[in-house]
Amino acid sequence: MNTQRIGGRLFRDARASGLFLRSRGCGRCMGRGYSSLSQKPGAAGVRFPGAVNSKFTSTLQFEHPSTYTAIPTYRAMSPEGDLIDPEFTPASDELALEMYVNMVKVSIMDVIMFDAQRQGRLSFYMPSQGEEGTCVGSASALEKDDVVFSQYREAGVFMQRGFTWEDFMSQLFANRKDPGKGRNMPVHYGSRELNIHTISSPLATQIPQASGAAYALKMQRLANPNIPPRVVACYFGEGAASEGDFHAALNIAATRSCPVIFICRNNGYAISTPTLEQYRGDGIASRGTGYGIDTIRVDGNDIWAVRAATQKARSLALTDGGRPVLLEAMSYRISHHSTSDDSFAYRARVEVEDWKRRDNPIVRLRKYLEKRGAWDEEKEKELRIKVRKEVLRAFADAEKEKKGSLKSMFEDVYAEMTPELRGQMEELRGVMERYPEEYDVGEFEGGVAGLRG
Amino acid sequence: MRTSTGIRLLQSQSSFSRSMPLTHNVRRSTRFLPRYYSTHPPQAKLNTPIDYSTTPILCHSTSSALSNHELPPDIRAGTTKRMNLFQSINDALSLALQRDENALLFGEDVAFGGVFRCSMGLAEQFGSERVFNTPLSEQGIIGFAIGAAAEGMKAIAEIQFADYVYPAFDQLVNEAAKWRYRDGENGRGLGGLTVRMPCGAVGHGALYHSQSPESLFTHIPGLRVIMPRSPIQAKGLLLSAIQSPDPCIFMEPKALYRAAVEQVPLEHYTLPLSVAEIVKPGKDLTLVSYGHPMYTCQAALEAAERDLGVSIELIDLRTVYPWDKETVLQSVRKTGRCVIVHESMVNAGVGAEVAASIQGDQQTFLRLEAPVKRVAGWAIHMPLMFERFNVPDVARVYDAIKNSIEY
Repeated sequence: MNTQRIGGRLFRDARASGLFLRSRGCGRCMGRGYSSLSQKPGAAGVRFPGAVNSKFTSTLQFEHPSTYTAIPTYRAMSPEGDLIDPEFTPASDELALEMYVNMVKVSIMDVIMFDAQRQGRLSFYMPSQGEEGTCVGSASALEKDDVVFSQYREAGVFMQRGFTWEDFMSQLFANRKDPGKGRNMPVHYGSRELNIHTISSPLATQIPQASGAAYALKMQRLANPNIPPRVVACYFGEGAASEGDFHAALNIAATRSCPVIFICRNNGYAISTPTLEQYRGDGIASRGTGYGIDTIRVDGNDIWAVRAATQKARSLALTDGGRPVLLEAMSYRISHHSTSDDSFAYRARVEVEDWKRRDNPIVRLRKYLEKRGAWDEEKEKELRIKVRKEVLRAFADAEKEKKGSLKSMFEDVYAEMTPELRGQMEELRGVMERYPEEYDVGEFEGGVAGLRG
Repeated sequence: MRTSTGIRLLQSQSSFSRSMPLTHNVRRSTRFLPRYYSTHPPQAKLNTPIDYSTTPILCHSTSSALSNHELPPDIRAGTTKRMNLFQSINDALSLALQRDENALLFGEDVAFGGVFRCSMGLAEQFGSERVFNTPLSEQGIIGFAIGAAAEGMKAIAEIQFADYVYPAFDQLVNEAAKWRYRDGENGRGLGGLTVRMPCGAVGHGALYHSQSPESLFTHIPGLRVIMPRSPIQAKGLLLSAIQSPDPCIFMEPKALYRAAVEQVPLEHYTLPLSVAEIVKPGKDLTLVSYGHPMYTCQAALEAAERDLGVSIELIDLRTVYPWDKETVLQSVRKTGRCVIVHESMVNAGVGAEVAASIQGDQQTFLRLEAPVKRVAGWAIHMPLMFERFNVPDVARVYDAIKNSIEY
């Protein structure tokens, strides 16, 4: 039997003793305990394995954030709707119109559903006013096979990828047509068909998952070069970027060279917390390079900037077999955080109004389209009336629809229902049958009988 | 009894030994340092070291290994090889990686073979794209594994010690366990996810190299929690976990990595999940355990059967959640008495669920002849110098059996 080497974290510091040195790019020197780094004659000093390109200096000086200028914000189009990047080629007017319509659709749905929640007709809602451009613009630059992980304020991504009114409404009303089987809170959308993983409430958990999913896509393409190259796009807010999962995700994506685009929606607030209380560095973008990741900051109210940056990010992410890219989209959260939040408790109404008026992604693209003669007041009016009607019709249909079978409470916990769960389902049915006056099951498909089988 | 075997076994129960520079040929150290804290009292009759070379818990011969009726016929007609627990895990991982090109193995330090050698040779055999080191971040490892599994890979993730799984607790509880449920008719499950972690006491692991957090995971719908007792079991159950359509937490009793050696079938085979095994039939008392304490239970029941003239049924849960309630209840209906043994602390441990289920079952309740007794770790943290008074030993299990029989 072999003697066992030290096991464990207690001894992790022993790595510094030289027993564990490994050259960069582990795997190439598999099974070798010693680093191949050696001191070259005339070198500027010992090459520490932890930072091989660092030169020595005899000046004692700390790096300070103020030494660096803030990462600039890329714009392709001015707030007046004029193209200002000479290198930038906009999409066809047809696609521009489609993107415009999708932004308007999301904004109208937001207003209607927000009010519906206020009337008690659904339990919860989260609007995304001010961020339609980030979502629609980035989604327009993805291929339909690209996998998406989102946080919860990305209705524009779902809209651009092909989510229908019925898809939105079934989920919001948790009725029998909701693929989530009525288990999730409203706005926790998901779609296998559209390659978007179902949204979960815990913040930032999806970010390392996106890294792992990207690694899977990369491996699958290695195994089968006939699969078209795919990337993962992962959305999150600047508040979520404070979670440990953000750190874990960017670091592992970099070390494993994963084709993933991290898209941060920096809208200035995490519920009531302003960015000044969220971080003290230069936003989220400044962190990217620290992980060794290509990074860009864009104007989130400029749908062309978002689209162009995402297109470029996608091709970068597929370079050399894959690598991560970080994109920070700057915007302002015009709406309340959710229906459970009154944002005027922590920010001035005038500030919000100012942002609404001064700059928002929908108005900016509208100006662009009008200048090209592709849009006018008449079309605008028509569109808004049509969309409102569509939403209200889908709303009414979804509200009337029955809820799913009670059985789905117990299904999908495991791939197959366990004996324990069957027993519990029986137990619940027994109580409901013995005390029918205590339970209101009318709205559920099949009523109590749904708990059979 | 300090035979040379005994000494080696004592040594081999340790998971850490002296550090050596890593070379291609790791030679066996001939240095021997006596470990006084592992010796037993000179007068002890019960608390003597477990003799792994003779315990009936392990299959010491090819014929006993292949007589296992749970093995498929072609395996029972096949060959075996002597393996300890880490070797059988290594064998299972190797077979899983061979069988499915979508299988990936990763975690901290797995590329060079792992700190417990479970992944020895696998990076060389399957390449650094499929067997690789991750940065030192448990939440990252599990988040990454979930994402890979969600996109169709078989992600076999290693957490270096169960004690360090907590940074990934959110990913396991809120994400992995709920993935299939929240995805509903989209139908995307996380069957491709298997999380391995060494667990349990090891003689000198103290607070952060000894924990058995299985009961925390048994409180989570959606996860399967498995702990094998031996190399044969470890291989078959791990291969089942990897194939399972549900995310699995696979806990490896680290004290057994080297100590438990038996004849293990060479081919690919699986053993059923969520099925307990009656390791030894009996009629007067049911002894329920899983993992490392199975050996303690075996020694205690031998002593109790000899001294008290009773017949004891020993059951290995194997999967602690969702667990095989029916096998345990049927046994207790027959014997009327039950003692449950586990290493992790008693309060809200697996024993609590087993005991409550026995008491709560109408038929079984009527058959009970004595209170259900739990023998487990105290409600304390694992203290370095006091470990042997915390981990259930043969004397405590014997005493619980005796109390139950004499009640």
